[in-house]
Amino acid sequence: MIKQWFKSGSPWIWLNASAVSMSLILVVGILGLIAVRGLGHYWPSNVAHLQYRDKDGQMQDITGEFVDSNEVSAQRAKDAGYAATDIGDDLEVEQKLVKIGNRELNAMDFRWLLAKNIQKEEYPEALVVVERREYGNFYGFLVALKASGQIVANGPNVWEAAQKSIADTAQVFKEIKQLEKKEIGAINYALERLRLKQRSLELKNQWTDEAKKEIAAEKSTLQTEYQSYQSRLKQLYAKGNEQSLVFKTGDGHEVAIPVGKVVNAFQPNAMSVFTKIGHYFAKLGEFLSDDPREANTEGGIFPAIYGTVLMVILMAIMVTPFGVVAAVYLREYAKQGFTTRLIRIAVNNLAGVPSIVYGVFGLGFFVYILGGNIDQLFYPESAPSPVFGTPGLMWASITLALLTLPVVIVATEEGLSRIPKSIREGSLALGATKFETLWLTVLPMASPAMMTGLILAVARAAGEVAPLMLVGVVKLAPALPLDGNFPFLHLDRKFMHLGFHIYDVGFQSPNVEAARPLVYATSLLLVIVIVGLNLAAVTIRNHLREKYRALEG
Amino acid sequence: MENQAERRHAIDISSIRTISHNPGKEDPCLHVENLNLFYGQKQALFNINMVMPKQRVTAYIGPSGCGKSTLLRCINRMNDLIDGVRIEGKINLDDQDIYAKSVNVAALRRRVGMVFQKPNPFPKSIYENVAYGLRIQGINDRHTLDEAVEQSLQGAALWGEVKDRLNDNAFGLSGGQQQRLVIARAIAIEPEVLLLDEPASALDPISTLKIEELINELKEKYTIVIVTHNMQQAARVSDYTAFMYMGELIEFGRTTELFTNPVKQQTEDYITGRYG
Repeated sequence: MIKQWFKSGSPWIWLNASAVSMSLILVVGILGLIAVRGLGHYWPSNVAHLQYRDKDGQMQDITGEFVDSNEVSAQRAKDAGYAATDIGDDLEVEQKLVKIGNRELNAMDFRWLLAKNIQKEEYPEALVVVERREYGNFYGFLVALKASGQIVANGPNVWEAAQKSIADTAQVFKEIKQLEKKEIGAINYALERLRLKQRSLELKNQWTDEAKKEIAAEKSTLQTEYQSYQSRLKQLYAKGNEQSLVFKTGDGHEVAIPVGKVVNAFQPNAMSVFTKIGHYFAKLGEFLSDDPREANTEGGIFPAIYGTVLMVILMAIMVTPFGVVAAVYLREYAKQGFTTRLIRIAVNNLAGVPSIVYGVFGLGFFVYILGGNIDQLFYPESAPSPVFGTPGLMWASITLALLTLPVVIVATEEGLSRIPKSIREGSLALGATKFETLWLTVLPMASPAMMTGLILAVARAAGEVAPLMLVGVVKLAPALPLDGNFPFLHLDRKFMHLGFHIYDVGFQSPNVEAARPLVYATSLLLVIVIVGLNLAAVTIRNHLREKYRALEG
Repeated sequence: MENQAERRHAIDISSIRTISHNPGKEDPCLHVENLNLFYGQKQALFNINMVMPKQRVTAYIGPSGCGKSTLLRCINRMNDLIDGVRIEGKINLDDQDIYAKSVNVAALRRRVGMVFQKPNPFPKSIYENVAYGLRIQGINDRHTLDEAVEQSLQGAALWGEVKDRLNDNAFGLSGGQQQRLVIARAIAIEPEVLLLDEPASALDPISTLKIEELINELKEKYTIVIVTHNMQQAARVSDYTAFMYMGELIEFGRTTELFTNPVKQQTEDYITGRYG
């Protein structure tokens, strides 16, 4: 019976099917875990007002959000500093993690509480959560809105007045940001270019009176422009910092927060599910489109998404032609023999070299040797500060292009070897030269294979972190590598990267608890970015396959 | 000039069998002289001498591996693509040695078109397939191309079937249509010689018939050399037939005579089906 069952082959099918389903479950499980942990962070959870008996038996008023809870053994609870009398004879006690914020009053943003010592737990609707530009969240009850020290609103209207004030001030700060980043940024950039131009003229001994006049004139126009912007900025700052909000915390402290420091204030306990959903998506949008704040633990990660995608695109632009040309030579022109075999082995082995080694090579060769020489030859005016002689976007892209080159070469060679001989002969028999045959028929037909190579290359490059740390990625980049200032694409700039961002937030952050959900959210985003890039490439490949489906014919 | 050529093939052919029953009418086109071909150490063709006349169909028959296709592929230097092939002797196309150093191979292949055993259209539209050879020659004028494509497709008896879908992918055509498309592609560049390497062996009987009819029409304009496994086909379409065996040309003559009254015993054995 059993023997027959084995003979029938069904155990084999079961084995295969279970292996497949196991892999699928693992993948879905990982993504699910990341998604739940990461995306849950943005849900505006209710804020509790607690009466808590601390280890000395004193009652405390605590306001905050419950973040986590777990069971710990009595011994560990004692070691953690809970009073023995509170733990009693229980073998295990439950403790809860509460985000208490209010960094100006509390030493820590987060606090573990013994669950059974929470005497009272209530959710007053008036409790306000304030997200701030600095110092993290604030939890408290709104008392008054002040302008220049005078109370403008208090009592029942204060919440509405505060919302209006926050919205107005946000507008002001938006304008400030626009001025600082765009207009003044452009002026600074232009001034820097003028300085470099002057320096370069000096070096070339062409620093004539005429040039002097010209540059001085340009400088003075820029300066006047700058002055006008500066005075406008001053006005705006004065307006933005005029008003402040006065809060009373759960334990009775009064705190004044300038409205200019407030990103967002909301009363989660008073929000309906729909408003919460709206708030959630607004936060998610902010995460995707904003710059990071507070050592990357708050705000968005837009520059990191931008940097990742731009770097991968530049890498693809460099690796594809290079890899394809190399593969074409190896497969079509080189005489097949010992040397080509040796080269192929070397190329295959390159794919196995640890990526950090590429990083070291990139730093040593590209950045210091190539970049250093480029600086000496083309940018003598900016010495001693380096232009290309320091890690940057270009070197990172080139290093990754080198890293992924073997994949593209191997895939393209595979594709070329699969083009039927009859197609080549057909073309040659019509009087085409070998080059024409390659260009007009063979390469188009091999293009799906090249795309496959590119897909593998993108998948590998987008996820690489180690080499990038050496050749151009930074924790926080002051400017995007692609902007409105000529020459628009700044290959010499340093950039941010999602993979490095995960590492930085997860391991280098001073605020571990606040950073944890961001690690998950960023991981999810990195996966989504890679999947998105791959889907784009797969779509192109399938389109090409459909177009050149001679291989199946 | 003409006398010389005639005399030469008269001598060459006489060693096997004469084709100059009617020398005044038959213009020589291809002239193979003492051709030997080696794959590395192994010799595949032995001292081939023959003359293929202009605007006639010459068929190569013989058992598998006898060198028919190899000989055919010598005529447009397709064997150059294979590593380790060495050729001795001469092939003259209109009195010009195609193996001379000065010959531009691509230009030669424009004069000597070829159709392969399996249809090998390019993964492009029907139109672009036919226009391919012209585009290579730098002809990109839409009007000229349109005209050439239509003429070639009509020449290959395919125009009526595809004229409404010239921009469809060539792979949508049936096998027989693909083979005729490939023929259209070959005649679009107006070669002098058309080499057909078992053009109907991968096709069904009806498509085969169409191809054979087409060959009959095409010989008005082109010198045709066809390799075939099928002796009936050789008898039906060709004016001259060469029987090859083990890399040697055994017998060459008018098809009617070779099939009804072969000189060599081997030929008779083969065409009566005693071996091969």
